[in-house]
Amino acid sequence: MQTTNCFHCGDTCTGTPITFDEKPFCCAGCKTVYEIFSSNDLSYYYDLQEAAGTTPKAIEGKYDFLDNEEIISRLTEFNDGAVQIVNLYIPTIHCSSCIWILENLNKLNPQVTNSQVDFPQKTIRVTYKQEGISLKELVLLLAKIGYEPYISLEDFEGSKKTTDKSLLYKLGVAGFAFGNVMFLSFPEYFDLGSSAASGGEYWLNKYQDVFRWLMFVFSLPVVFYAASDYFVSAFKGLRAKILNIDVPIALGIVVLFLRSTFDITFNLGSGFFDSLTGLVFFLLLGKFFQQRTYSFLSFERDYKSYFPIAITRLTPNGKEETVPVQEIAKGDRILIRNEEMIPVDGKLTYGNAQIDYSFVSGESEPVSKKIGEQIFAGGKQLSGVIEMIASKSVSQSYLTQLWGNAVFKTDKATAFQNLTDSIGKRFTIGVLSIAFLATAFWLFYDPGKALNVFTAVLIIACPCAIALASPFTLGNMLRIFGKKKFYIKNTQTIEQLAKIDTAIFDKTGTITTTQKSTAHYEGMPLTPDEESILKNTIRASNHPLSRSLYDLLKEQDIITLDEYEEHIGNGLKSSKDDIKMKIGSANFVGKFTTENLMDTSIYISSNNAYKGRYVFHNQYREGLSSVFKNMSETLNLAILSGDNEGEKERLEALLPKLTPLYFNQKPETKLNFIKTLQDQGKKVLMVGDGLNDAGALAQSNVGIAISENINVFSPACDAILDASKFQQLYQYILASRKSIQIIKMSFVLSLLYNCIGLYFAVTGQLEPVIAAILMPLSSISIVVFTTIMTNLLGRKLS
Amino acid sequence: MSVIYVLLTISLVVAIIFFIAFIISVRHGQYDDSYTPSVRMLFEDELVKPKKSKVKSK
Repeated sequence: MQTTNCFHCGDTCTGTPITFDEKPFCCAGCKTVYEIFSSNDLSYYYDLQEAAGTTPKAIEGKYDFLDNEEIISRLTEFNDGAVQIVNLYIPTIHCSSCIWILENLNKLNPQVTNSQVDFPQKTIRVTYKQEGISLKELVLLLAKIGYEPYISLEDFEGSKKTTDKSLLYKLGVAGFAFGNVMFLSFPEYFDLGSSAASGGEYWLNKYQDVFRWLMFVFSLPVVFYAASDYFVSAFKGLRAKILNIDVPIALGIVVLFLRSTFDITFNLGSGFFDSLTGLVFFLLLGKFFQQRTYSFLSFERDYKSYFPIAITRLTPNGKEETVPVQEIAKGDRILIRNEEMIPVDGKLTYGNAQIDYSFVSGESEPVSKKIGEQIFAGGKQLSGVIEMIASKSVSQSYLTQLWGNAVFKTDKATAFQNLTDSIGKRFTIGVLSIAFLATAFWLFYDPGKALNVFTAVLIIACPCAIALASPFTLGNMLRIFGKKKFYIKNTQTIEQLAKIDTAIFDKTGTITTTQKSTAHYEGMPLTPDEESILKNTIRASNHPLSRSLYDLLKEQDIITLDEYEEHIGNGLKSSKDDIKMKIGSANFVGKFTTENLMDTSIYISSNNAYKGRYVFHNQYREGLSSVFKNMSETLNLAILSGDNEGEKERLEALLPKLTPLYFNQKPETKLNFIKTLQDQGKKVLMVGDGLNDAGALAQSNVGIAISENINVFSPACDAILDASKFQQLYQYILASRKSIQIIKMSFVLSLLYNCIGLYFAVTGQLEPVIAAILMPLSSISIVVFTTIMTNLLGRKLS
Repeated sequence: MSVIYVLLTISLVVAIIFFIAFIISVRHGQYDDSYTPSVRMLFEDELVKPKKSKVKSK
């Protein structure tokens, strides 16, 4: 069969494609979006990028909470009763077509006056007239065209994020001052070593003071504003009795400024204002380079980003009302619709619950629950409407309690001493001892030069190049990894990753794929007729297992069944001619099993005789055994799974011998497991995917979340790895180790510069112009060196 | 007054104007999103096309 791809979303059309306007569509949803676009003259959307669309999802009733005034006022950025402005996060924004269609929203609804997309953040800012379109209608409109906004509890509770622009301002100030001071220094550069007395250029010497004091004025904002972070950091370090790299930097800046001011006041020389401003500018540039990260990814998510804002509560007289999630109290009756998340622990009182707990426990298959049974927060209802009675409030539920653990309150950054700071200590001690030794020598030899030498040593030894090596190397690595779909939170994580000696993996969703599963058949062979009926029967079912089995069975002609019944929670019943088939659970088809089977199967019987069953397996990621084999060379490995032991044997065969496997692990046990390892002095890498790993990810030295789709939510972590790059994980770890070596090489290089500079300083010959050449030269060569080296390293990564 | 003061003043004023322009542009969020405007810029011309067809169809 020839495969046709949907004109709207580009997916392969399974079954018969819907043809509309001579174009194929995979589903009615995609067709509707096309209709909307083409009838509003927006079909240019498809010219910009082929098959750019996203299939809209059914959302009936999901956004009813947006009618609530309080919720509206919390979500909107501006609201004066007539005009509202709202900022919405739309994860499906992915191409230029998306930007175009979303910025032309007013063609679809004239009440929208302005819409602006921020592509890197994947947000849209919409201004609209409240009387014409409500927030709910706006959200529904967006959802209808396949751009469903994601509104979570975090938006509701969280304060509006304000980005810190102070670094940009500081960089601007330093750059501005640097440029101007350089200009003003030109007369000094051209008129080297001459003064009015020795018969230099008369014209320049006459205005020397004006130039020098102007430079002084320019350096004031640089020292007192742009460089203020370094003073604060050095002071904090000293108070905590740590000699970090900012101590010699701050010392250098202070000495540079004081000595320069002293020089120009007493007309001793031109001062080092050019070096001073240049130094601060380069340092801030390094900081800026390091700071840029992935704004569209969030590494700080807790359960609030997953949970809905509001939920439907049933009043005692049977009416539905929408209430914010936090207001749910013990004993409330709650209505959960299809595909909605259960926000609190409670008891099921009505309906058939098929709950997907993959988020919480890592179990891959949905669990069915009967009326009266306990259901837990974090599960997703998969089949129809259910009702439940809350037994706890949201923050006290089983899942949300995990975030009460102290791990989530400690900041990993403070506990870790990075490479630059650890070298900073030795460096500071070294520089200070050289300065004092040289001063002592000159005091004895020529006391007039002693102060000059002392300040010169501190100026020239200012570790600008050392401070730049790490931000530029790691910042560049961050970008290279990002291109290879490995998104790291900050540069420090790379340093941590290089030190890892133990790697712990979660099973479901981490080393198994969620997209594919395989099954094999056990039992008596099915006749061709039975196979045909089987395929046609499960075609109509929406149960996730039926869907996956349907995709695995070979193509059959579509036939009309004489009879078809779906018994929710049990299975399917169908008949055609004289064959009656039952497909579903063991009890349903009449097979009595005494053994407690841990694998997932679909049982089949024909005319009340048991035929056989399809056993489902986890599909492991490609290259899993080779990844583990390579990693086991330098790392200790282990598997921590929330699932049962059903897959133990298959895993043992795949993984290197004696890899420890732990099953039935709860979120807290995973966390404690990692804590125990760390107490033994191990540096632990945790690789996980779900909320059930959140504690372990937070506790570990480096927590990597594996994600099939990086725009979909992953738990709080230090790095996000695209699932398609799982095989490269070990290469990435090796690359981060190599980037640490690059930093160490740059340290050696910059120490070389320092030695040259120190020679001039110690011998008392440091002229401002030498400092002005040496400082930018060392900084720039370090930047060039690290950039070339990291790019070479990046090229080796496949 | 010597010409050098005039020149210095002019050069300083020009530099400060650019500096103020930079501060204003940061404050207005021009550096918040450095990607979307580059794409948006390319739409402008094509936007006319759907508008024209709208006129014709009416």
